[in-house]
Amino acid sequence: MEIGLGHYLTVAAILFVIGVFGIFLNRKNVIIILMSVELILLAVNINLVAFSSFLGDLAGQVFALLILTVAAGEAAIGLAILVIYIRNRGTIAVEDINLMKG
Amino acid sequence: MTVTALVFYLFAAITVASGFMVISARNPVHSVLFLILAFFNAAGLFLLLGAEFLAMILVIVYVGAVAVLFLFVVMMLDVNFVELRQGFLQYLPVGALIGLILLVELLLVFGSWSVLPEAGNLAAARAPDAATLSNTDALGRILYTQYLLPFQAAGAILLVAMIGAIVLTLRSRPGVKRQKISDQVTRTMETAVEVKKVQPGQGI
Repeated sequence: MEIGLGHYLTVAAILFVIGVFGIFLNRKNVIIILMSVELILLAVNINLVAFSSFLGDLAGQVFALLILTVAAGEAAIGLAILVIYIRNRGTIAVEDINLMKG
Repeated sequence: MTVTALVFYLFAAITVASGFMVISARNPVHSVLFLILAFFNAAGLFLLLGAEFLAMILVIVYVGAVAVLFLFVVMMLDVNFVELRQGFLQYLPVGALIGLILLVELLLVFGSWSVLPEAGNLAAARAPDAATLSNTDALGRILYTQYLLPFQAAGAILLVAMIGAIVLTLRSRPGVKRQKISDQVTRTMETAVEVKKVQPGQGI
């Protein structure tokens, strides 16, 4: 049985759904939410690379590279915000983050 | 079933399973370790797709930098994670429902979708023959010519993220005793030494 584009897209879809599910499941824990976002971005990258490979177009891999960059920056900034939040409040419970009354 | 298919199913199964363990592990340190496992197996999937450069970048950047950053933060912060898990099951039904809807929608899209026959001619950057030019070589050739501007923008994003993270976490704590060399060097005898006359039989 030949492995086609659909197989890779299915894996990426399942990974994406796991990421979304993780955000719902761990509503209180920001660290797990950030990891779920990383999973979602990984799923997007698998999609892009799969299309790039099967269509013979390298542009998809360039975009995957850019997404990797943005994901790394997002993780760094997110964890920095987390560290200063814990320094000030002593907890990372997302439900208590309402300082800005948004 | 060929070896490639077997390897694909192995990588895909471990990726999905460890992805699920990331969100359901009791201990956040275990979550990070499963995240690293997921990244490694996704890198294996990339290798199967012929994207060697991205596979190596995934291992170096994600596993070597991002996941280790997560690991440091999880281990260094003193957070009561048991308390944070309360209400875990409360969100399970709605989360499962939304996840199921999303999965069904995605699979419907993927099931009823096909490639345009002339899609190969529309490629923005046609991949060269893998036998003549390696993936890394080909990617480098277009990254520094055709996609120079997005590449520079990615560098700017990284710079902004770096400066932002430093600015956010840098703090000057009051009450910390540290050496000030300029103060030490500019001290004179007048400010440093005080001569007192002590009467006999009395202290100062």
